[in-house]
Amino acid sequence: MAKRDNLSGKPIRYLAVFIGLGAALILLTIWSINSGSVKISVADITRIILTGEGDEAQVNIVMKLRLPRILAAVLLGGGLALSGFLMQTFFGNPIAGPFVLGISSGSKLFVALTMIIALRFVSYVSSFMMILAAFAGALIAMGFVLLAARAIRQMSMLLVAGIMISYICSAITEFLITFAKDSDIVNLHSWSQGSFSGTKWADVRVFAIVILASFVFVFLLSKPISAYQMGESYAQSMGVNVKRFRVLLILLSSLIAGCVTAFAGPISFVGIAVPHLIKMLLKTAKPILVIPASFLGGGVFCLFCDYVARTAFAPVELSISTVTALFGAPVVIFMLISRHRARE
Amino acid sequence: MNEYYFRTEDLAVGYNGQTLIHDIAISIKAGEILTLIGPNGSGKSTILKSITKHLSTIRGDSFIADASVSAMSYKELSRKLAVVLTERIRGELLTCYDVVATGRYPYTSTLGLLSKEDREKVYRAMERVHARELAEKDFAAISDGQRQRILLARAICQEPEIIVLDEPTSFLDIRHKLELLSILRSMAKEKGITVIMSLHEIDLAQKISDKILCVRGETIEHFGTPDEIFCEEIINGLYGIENGSYNITFGSVELPRPKGTPKTFVISGCGSGIDVFRRLQKEDIPFYAGILYENDVDYQVARHLASEVFAEEPFAPISDAVYEKALAAMKQCENVILAKVPIREQNRRIKDLIDTARSIGLLKEGGDTELLSGV
Repeated sequence: MAKRDNLSGKPIRYLAVFIGLGAALILLTIWSINSGSVKISVADITRIILTGEGDEAQVNIVMKLRLPRILAAVLLGGGLALSGFLMQTFFGNPIAGPFVLGISSGSKLFVALTMIIALRFVSYVSSFMMILAAFAGALIAMGFVLLAARAIRQMSMLLVAGIMISYICSAITEFLITFAKDSDIVNLHSWSQGSFSGTKWADVRVFAIVILASFVFVFLLSKPISAYQMGESYAQSMGVNVKRFRVLLILLSSLIAGCVTAFAGPISFVGIAVPHLIKMLLKTAKPILVIPASFLGGGVFCLFCDYVARTAFAPVELSISTVTALFGAPVVIFMLISRHRARE
Repeated sequence: MNEYYFRTEDLAVGYNGQTLIHDIAISIKAGEILTLIGPNGSGKSTILKSITKHLSTIRGDSFIADASVSAMSYKELSRKLAVVLTERIRGELLTCYDVVATGRYPYTSTLGLLSKEDREKVYRAMERVHARELAEKDFAAISDGQRQRILLARAICQEPEIIVLDEPTSFLDIRHKLELLSILRSMAKEKGITVIMSLHEIDLAQKISDKILCVRGETIEHFGTPDEIFCEEIINGLYGIENGSYNITFGSVELPRPKGTPKTFVISGCGSGIDVFRRLQKEDIPFYAGILYENDVDYQVARHLASEVFAEEPFAPISDAVYEKALAAMKQCENVILAKVPIREQNRRIKDLIDTARSIGLLKEGGDTELLSGV
């Protein structure tokens, strides 16, 4: 019994994954601040961030453009991975996620609606209103998915239902954008494709609070999540109030997905690909490890994808979903194939 | 304090407000094993799920040591009651150790980290079910027998006072069935853990249980000790056995007896006839058997397979009445099969029967007659 003190885990592997993700995050951050149409030296950037002094144009670029954008990619990317993990847990399905289930599109529709109405009547949209609208949209889309899930017990049908909901919401959003006032369209259009650009510090403050608070909360739920992963009946026999816990999962995953969509628009595949990659790296599905690692991993993944989106065809900028799909979709396909093989 | 550790009162169970079974009254003492038997779809699982609170009851309640289960929080219940369900464990990338360790859940802190003591309990539970060597194995890749043992270890390490198991022996081969049930038996007797389970193998149910609950139809057909429950009428009635029969003494099942007018008569004794009876049954040839004593093993099988058995009370000399009946029946037959039969003072009239058969040319002489020579 004393052979290995902690047989329940492989601490060295876990440590390596976290150190690797942390290092990747730091390197990518430096790299991202340092790249763009205007070249700024590392020394200047360090000074600007630490002291806020330097060439005024450079300070503006670093502090008002690049830094908030990086924070958006890291925090919102982490949020997406987190939300995806929660939905996979809830549905017991590895390919559930805010994008494929239509939750992001539901949020998108409600945010677009709110923006158009608000700009017409009060010509002002607060971050808080955006989050609220996105949350409401996410919950309504989730409601439809749950109705579909109740009627059809097949997991694949659930995803089809999600994709249909997603198409309907997108169609209505496009319709609204077509008939919106010209001045709004520019903003709405790029946002509705998904993008981290144009993030303001005011936004950062709001989503940082929402996302980080949600992350802490989800992390504290590691224990019941691990019970729930075994299946509802077993979770209940371990003492989890399953009904209450399910509601909590729905609310949290919708809040996070809504918040991300409110600020960055719908972003595909992060929610599915990142938790899966993390589980492969860690070789475990234990929530207490997967939750923080997915959060970090989502940040790294989105930061990397945003970097590609920004620089690959500069000065033309790709939408973030184009890049996340390019890297995320093959992961999902690979996962489906390997799972199918494992079953045979 | 009630003398019964676990009981149900006026319990009615079902789905979506529809009552399936009502008036379920169970009462068992601590350390007893209660087994639910009954045909498929009779509601055994429904009752078990209602007891474990996985299903809300329609009416009534269960009590563990006089504490109402419905009033208990899930957390409280999880420290008293553990389950082994038919439902598959859904988790991914789990080792067997991980699965067993989930049994410690009700006792760990907010983040669910295991203490040294918890880990030792996990290993002890695995040793208890002889599965210590499976600790590092992938839970998805082990055999059905191993999986059931791991699930039992998981339940054990939850340190419950009562374990509920839904068909724990399904899919197991006979060795693993016996192993699993003997673990349950010793847990019940040594640690005083109360066991409630459903079984398909009624022969095993008879041997392991202290109490039996027969589930069929809208109410409970019978509840009692195995001695009370295991009689042919109750078991054949419970399962609606028409094609075949259940032998209480042997705890075994027999296929239905061949139909038609018998043209064959089997003379046997002390177990020599069983093979002959079974062969005739397989060939679908109806037959008479006799003359057998009622305490002969041949009699137990012949009773289920022969069209008619000519039997005498144990240890008595064969009476005229029985002899005449057997003789008359034999004379209607076209052949007589003689299996090894020891002939002594009390049953010497069997020799008369054999002699008659030989004299009228019915006897197949292939049978073993050396034993007869001494008479």
